[in-house]
Amino acid sequence: MSAISNDVLGSGPDALGHFGPYGGRYVPEILMSPLEELEQAYRAAREDPEFAKELGSLLHHYAGRPTPLYFARRLTEETGGAQIWLKREDLLHTGAHKINNCLGQILLARRMGKRRIIAETGAGQHGVATVTVCALFGMECVVYMGEEDMRRQRLNVFRMRLLGAKVCAVTNGSRTLKDAISEAMRDWVTNIATTHYLLGSALGAHPYPMMVRDFHKVIGEEARAQSQEQIGRLPDAIIACVGGGSNAIGVFYSFIADSEVRLIGVEAGGRGAKLGEHAARFHGGSPGVLHGAFSYLLQDQDGQICTTHSVSAGLDYALVGPEHAWLHDQSRAEYVSVSDEDALAAAKTLARTEGIIPALESAHAVAEALQRARTQPRAVYLVSVSGRGDKDMDIYRENMPELDG
Amino acid sequence: MATRVATRIGNLFVTCKAEKRKAFIAYITGGDPTPAHTAPLIRALERGGADLIELGVPFSDPIADGPVIQRASDRALRAKTTVADLLEIIRDVRRTSEIPLLLFSYLNPLLRYGFERLATDAVDAGIDGVLLTDLCVEEASQPARQLKEKGLDTVFLAAPTSSEHRLRLIAEYSSGFVYLVSRAGVTGERVSVSAAAAPLVAHMRRLTDLPLALGFGISTTEQVREVGHLTDGVVVGSAIVRCIELNESSPDLFEKVESLTRELADPLRQKNA
Repeated sequence: MSAISNDVLGSGPDALGHFGPYGGRYVPEILMSPLEELEQAYRAAREDPEFAKELGSLLHHYAGRPTPLYFARRLTEETGGAQIWLKREDLLHTGAHKINNCLGQILLARRMGKRRIIAETGAGQHGVATVTVCALFGMECVVYMGEEDMRRQRLNVFRMRLLGAKVCAVTNGSRTLKDAISEAMRDWVTNIATTHYLLGSALGAHPYPMMVRDFHKVIGEEARAQSQEQIGRLPDAIIACVGGGSNAIGVFYSFIADSEVRLIGVEAGGRGAKLGEHAARFHGGSPGVLHGAFSYLLQDQDGQICTTHSVSAGLDYALVGPEHAWLHDQSRAEYVSVSDEDALAAAKTLARTEGIIPALESAHAVAEALQRARTQPRAVYLVSVSGRGDKDMDIYRENMPELDG
Repeated sequence: MATRVATRIGNLFVTCKAEKRKAFIAYITGGDPTPAHTAPLIRALERGGADLIELGVPFSDPIADGPVIQRASDRALRAKTTVADLLEIIRDVRRTSEIPLLLFSYLNPLLRYGFERLATDAVDAGIDGVLLTDLCVEEASQPARQLKEKGLDTVFLAAPTSSEHRLRLIAEYSSGFVYLVSRAGVTGERVSVSAAAAPLVAHMRRLTDLPLALGFGISTTEQVREVGHLTDGVVVGSAIVRCIELNESSPDLFEKVESLTRELADPLRQKNA
């Protein structure tokens, strides 16, 4: 789309939000000024030591950072091969990495004088994290969630209501994450004067992909220092699941300049390679525009957005975050996919060898690590366990009838 | 922008000015409820007094639209409407009508079709201009050039929240007319047209000589009359689309759309409106 490109990976985006040709700001004109205002406020906050201090303090005392880098000894023995180290984002308050970004954005919203927060959620993790920070700061909160996702994640819906949020069921389209984002954008268009849209992944129009990445890059900064201290060197590969791609870009970011470290993103392979059966944008997608960004997109021949499938609601989205598209095209990161079945099996393996039940999203990264570890005995893998599996217990139950009865 | 041959859109506003009246612009979603309805609906709108038709390309994720046009998009997609179908429909309309036609679309379906190819095919079919809801001026240089090179008008949206800098760019990139958004929010019918519209109109007048049309939230004869005092054109969308939805299977569908259009356009027919 644009001739402007940023030559140095990891230095983007450019002034208009481009990572190479990807990203940008493709929104109705009415949203342009609020996005410019948000970008200016964010750039000012980023330069303000008080902002960094307050965020750092909340991340430490409220959310529980730093998270451990844990050597999975029995899992390593089980595969009979490579060392597997786990970055334990699942131990954070609210149970996933999502809280990093929510704390950053709520401080920003307060600086901007916004009193009303809206958010979308797929699995409910980002919704829960958003509602949590709204409770912490006494702000009004409305969460948009697809009706189908509300059915799949009933417990998280209740959790959000308990924390004081209004959860709005989205009944149009496929009634999943993409429709929840569309509805949140419509709310924002209507209430821009009072409302901050707390977008939950490295998606959407500029400055969101940059800002959300920045709030999550603490994951990779910690992991890099912990690797040097605990392993004595950098890992051979970092493995993370990719829905929009927020935990992946967060953990990858500090390793981009380390060319000897492979960056491996894992998309949802779902239940088959046919369009509609998976959410693997790099395997069956092509560049297009959705929700304000240009990136790899699952679309049909007429440019209509395809429905996607994954057992994991957090990976079930048609567009990948634009910085991943750029890392992909520059061959700096590799993107693979893992099926529903393999992710479920990996979750069970991790539970039984290490006593850790991962979120279904994170189970995709674990599955990829297990498969690689078996054939690469000397390798060292660092896997982002982006969330814990409590929210997924109903789905695990449905899919493991042998344990239920 | 370089001097260009006037399109049907440009000529319309010249004629309206000479006749001292304002243009009535009607929006419908192409393919709603089926592609077979679209050509007869355009003819009904024209008989009712529409001066220009905005033909919406249905899209699966219409973020700028309220529930009425979202449902229209759904109906059109269920009927498997494509960009190619709409071009075919316009070819058919052009056999008997010279009404100005503006293609109104989200970016992705046209990106997929390809702007180079679209520009050629659209001119060939008889389309006069293109408006892209989610293409901001910063990203517009290449698509706008490709469309303009073939003689199509490119209409951009301006909003009450747009900065001076942005309004200048919007004026620069637009041809035919500039589409002003009445107020914050998605498309849909509203009780009153916002006072926010008047300052935007005045601001834009200082920046451009292009005709201005105002849309979003205009659904009654009274609102059309009110806005007709402000701008050169008035856009009504959801009220017409709702009429199509309510009468979808009625044998009087086309008569009803025609009479609603006549009612809405009437205040603009009176000279010095």
